[in-house]
Parts: sequence; C-alpha cells; structure tokens
Amino acid sequence: MDMKRDYYEDIQLLDSKVLWFWFMALIAFLILFPFLVPNYYVYMANYMAIHIIVTIGLNILVGYTGQISLGHAGFFALGAYFTVLSMTHLHLPFLLALLLAAFIAAFFGFVLGLPALRLEGPYLAIATLGFGMAITQVIGRWQVFGGRMGLETPPLTLFMYVLESDRQRYFLIVAIAFLMIMAARNLMKTKVGRAFIAIRDSDIAAETMGVNLVYYKTLAFAVSAFYAGVAGGLFAFLLGFINPSTFNFILSIYFLAFVIVGGLGSIFGSIMGGIVMTWLMLTLDKIQELPHIGTALVSFSKGWMSLTGLPNVSSIVFGLIIVLIVVFEPLGLYGFWIRTKIYWKTWPF
Amino acid sequence: MGGGGGNFMFLQLIISGLSFGSLYALIALAMVIIYKTSEVPNFGQGEMAMISTFVAYMLLVSYEHSFALSFLGALVFAAALGAFLEFVFLRRAKEPNILSLILITLGFQMMLYGLASWKWGAEQRDLPFPVSDFDTVSLGPAVLSYLNAATLLITLILMFFLFLFFRYTKVGIAMKATQQNAMAARINGIRTNRILSITWGMSSVIGAVAGMLLAPIATLDPNLMLDPLLKGFASAVLGGMTTLVGAALGGYMLGIIENLFGGYVSLEFKSVVAFGIIVLVLCFKPSGLFAKHYVRKV
Repeated sequence: MDMKRDYYEDIQLLDSKVLWFWFMALIAFLILFPFLVPNYYVYMANYMAIHIIVTIGLNILVGYTGQISLGHAGFFALGAYFTVLSMTHLHLPFLLALLLAAFIAAFFGFVLGLPALRLEGPYLAIATLGFGMAITQVIGRWQVFGGRMGLETPPLTLFMYVLESDRQRYFLIVAIAFLMIMAARNLMKTKVGRAFIAIRDSDIAAETMGVNLVYYKTLAFAVSAFYAGVAGGLFAFLLGFINPSTFNFILSIYFLAFVIVGGLGSIFGSIMGGIVMTWLMLTLDKIQELPHIGTALVSFSKGWMSLTGLPNVSSIVFGLIIVLIVVFEPLGLYGFWIRTKIYWKTWPF
Repeated sequence: MGGGGGNFMFLQLIISGLSFGSLYALIALAMVIIYKTSEVPNFGQGEMAMISTFVAYMLLVSYEHSFALSFLGALVFAAALGAFLEFVFLRRAKEPNILSLILITLGFQMMLYGLASWKWGAEQRDLPFPVSDFDTVSLGPAVLSYLNAATLLITLILMFFLFLFFRYTKVGIAMKATQQNAMAARINGIRTNRILSITWGMSSVIGAVAGMLLAPIATLDPNLMLDPLLKGFASAVLGGMTTLVGAALGGYMLGIIENLFGGYVSLEFKSVVAFGIIVLVLCFKPSGLFAKHYVRKV
C-alpha cells in the first residue's frame, strides 16, 4: 500500500479505490455544501478557499524552497488591485483580469527573487518585509489605486452571468482553489519541485548537483507570488472593497502563521492550516458574541482592561498559537495528523 | 543668500536626522545584542519597548509617582519582560532553525501588541516628559529642541556604558564569549542559558529607553513602535547585524538619509526610501556595510 514500486505509482493522484471513493465524496460534499448551510458559512468557506491558495503559495516558498517572506501581503495586494483595475480600466473579463494580475504579481515576485539570491536569514526577512511595506505605501499614495480611500470592485461577471451572492461566488472560488491545489501538488512531484526541495535542504549542495539557483530561486518567488496574486484577486471580490490598510504587515505574519500551523512543506497541511486558522480568525473577530467565554471576557475587560480593545484578544491568541506550535509541534497540524494516523494504524502495538 | 539658506537647511536636516537616528541606533543595538547571542532578529523588540513605555505612563499618570521613579520602574519591568520571554518560550524550542525562531519572535510581537491594545485601547495619550520639545538650543545656525538634544545625549551616554560593559565587566565578557561560540563558552564554565536571559533583559531595557524617548515626540498608543522597529531593524541590517558599532552607525545614517530625502526630494515617500536603500546596499554588501561577510560552507 505505502510502497511505491515505480515512478508512475509515485506521481499518481490517488493510489487506491478507497481513496477514489473519499475523493468523490469530498467533491460531492463541496458541491452540496452551500445549499446545506446558512449564508455566513458560505462566506467563511470562500474566505478559507482564498486563504488556502495563498497559504499553499507561501508554503511553496517557505516550506519547500526554504526562503522566508514577510511581504506576501504585498503580492496579495498586487493581485487584488490589478484584477480590479484591469476590469475597470481595460474592461477585461474577470478570468483574464485575474490571470493578468497574477502574472503581474509573479513578475514582482521574480524581481524580489533577484536580491534573494544573495541574501538569507534576517537579511532576506528585512528585504521582503520592506518590499511588502513599499507596495502598500505606493498604492496608498497613488491616485490610480484610489489612494487611501481604496477601490470598489466592479460586478463580477463570468461568461455573461453576474455572480452576486456568496453562494454563486463559492463555486468559482472553490473551483479555482481546487485547481491551484492540484497544480501545486503536481508541481512538487516534478523536476521543479525536487529542485526547490534540494535548495531548501542545502543550496550549495543543490548547486553542485546541477540545480540552477538563479533560475529556481526566482521561479520559487514567482510561483509563490502568482498564488498570492490569484488569491488577492478573489479576495477583492469577497470583500467588495479594497484599501491599502487591508494589506498591512500583520497580514503577512498571518499568512506565515497559516503555513506554520498547517505544517511546513506539506500541501495537505496548508489546506488544514488555511481552514482552521480562517475559522479561528473569523470567530475571534466576534469574540464578545461567543457563549460563556464572550460574556466572561466582557466583564473582565470592564474591570481590568478596556472594552474597545477586546477584539485584540484575537491577536494574543494568534501569537500564542504561533509560539506554541513552533515550540511543541514544529511540523504543525500535518505532523499531528501523521502521528495520529500512525498511532491508529499500528494500534494496539 | 540662496546658498547660505541651502547650507542652513542642510545642517538642520542633518542635526534633526541625527536625533531620530539615535533612536534607530538604540533599537538597532537592542536587536543586534539579541541577534548575536540568540541568532534571531527579535521582531518583538518594538512591542516590548511599547509595553514598557506604557508601564512608565501608568506609574507616572495613574499612580502619580515621580518621573525618575516611573522611568526606573519601567526599566526594571522591561528587563523582567525580556528575561521572561526568553526563559518561558524561546528556551523551550527544540532544534530551532532561523525560521522558527523568527516566528517565535513574531508571536511575541502579536501577543504583546494584542495585550497592550486590549489594556489601553487605541486611545492616543501623551507621556508627560520633563524635557521640553518646544524650547530650543542653537547649534551654530541650526536649532535643536531640548528633547532632541536630550535624546542625542542619553543615547551617547548609553552607548558609552555599553562599551564599558562589554569591555570591562565579567558578564559583558561572558556575553561576548557566548556570542562567539556558545559550546566553548559552556565548557569554560559560563552558564550560557543564564547569559541568554540576561541578554534579553538588557536588550529589552535599551529598547525601552528608545520607547520612552520616542513617546513624547510621537503619541503613545499601541502602534508607537511599529514603524520605528522596522527602521531600527533596517539600520541594524544596513550596518551589519553582527557588529554593535556598525548597527549604531547604521541607525545614524538611516536617520540622516531619511531626513535629507524627506527635505529635498519627497516627504511622502520618506519611509519607503529606507527600505529601497537597504535592498540596494544588501545587493552589494549582503552582510551589511560594516560587518565582515561570512562565507558559508556545506
């Protein structure tokens, strides 16, 4: 079962009948999901799908290639702004606009990849961070981008249909997310993916083995930025309105947190991380409405803290989760999943 | 006349740049001290300083203690906070790599920011400071407010003490030994874990001084240190993360460059230019201007 006898078995999407069954069940569930739950959860699912895309993109860079980026909110912003702008100014259809924006983000990713060839560790961190900051600063000052006031998104039309509600958009967003997941999974099984992993494990050793560092490192940045760009373009339509302060430094940290919590170097982990953390994020945003915990926190805030600052509890929880995961479960949810699986497979031995 | 006016403006920009630069230099020093021992750029540095500044504010305004006492209390708090974070979280990480360490400090940043915003809200406050921001001293043709002068002076004094500390005290020398080679230091009888805690405490104190000097110029709210931290980090990278002198010089340089750019070219893009310069510098000197480039082997 777990033994791969040749290369083609290794790259197969699903290697057993049981998996095929679950895969089909998953697709059926995804199709039926929006009809079974209230609107808010459809909105949440859209949010999750978008975060999964950006998390996978960042994981390709951080988890698979071993480069760090603290500026992914910048690529996310590029995707969002250029999708909207190419729809309003160039009158492109949505999918084309999204593709164009993603390629623009990828180009900027390539440009950021150039200094990354010589930098590592904290030096790379500051360069990417500065890039992310610069993007939002420039966008905030430039009138084409709507300045500080931001931009409204045009109506989302797809082959003559106008997608208005979250339910209608769900199918578009989830389909794109599905494609992006499959693409990432397949990419990691090709020569390119193996080159990324070799660079992560030791870039000098990879270079001596014939991996072209200039090509593959910049490619990793470009692919990662492409994913962030696609996610950003979809995100603009999820919110219906974008402004520069949405894409701040904290957002870049959140993206990193998704990757870490899900598990470095694992596509499946990124999916889990995206889902769990988005749920947590949206739930903590309305923390005072939670039963029991909410009321307790409100009375605690009145006594000791400030009531206006209560939503910031989410920031504390996120920070704590990041620290605890890194310290106690460096492989994230994926590591936890693997250990549980092995435990039950071998039980009672 | 035009030339004279130009010279005057140039001098003025440089002097006020030095004053801002000294704050960057302090933050850069705080980060470098931690970077050299724990090998991680501490993204929590800014929020550690911000919370310490809030503690000073509380002691001063809510409990009505004297300024000196509040200032000292905040410094003690800062030292305890730094040592606490190192002891409770950072030390527990098993086989940490650079990425996981950076993430832990980002986690600190989020926790402390959330805590401060929860406790004090987004309300903007003024930290009453005994030195005035409006009275000025003149240095030749340029003028400098008392507060800026005090900032410059306090920074220089602090740097002098740091120099003495690293050169003449046992703890300082043990710290340098730990930075150079932790294993060898341990073999020679230095408790490197304890040194790490002390390092974090000390760095936190330096950051807190920067925070308290900054608060009267800016307004005191949880966002106080967000931008200065990035600038401080940028200066440390500019000078080189492994040299104390380089980091301090990087801070002064960044302050001056930023001010000159703001004065002559564009005030709007003043904060972008810092990062542009850094990316450029790093392209040519990947380890910063003043640090020796360390060539890695497989």
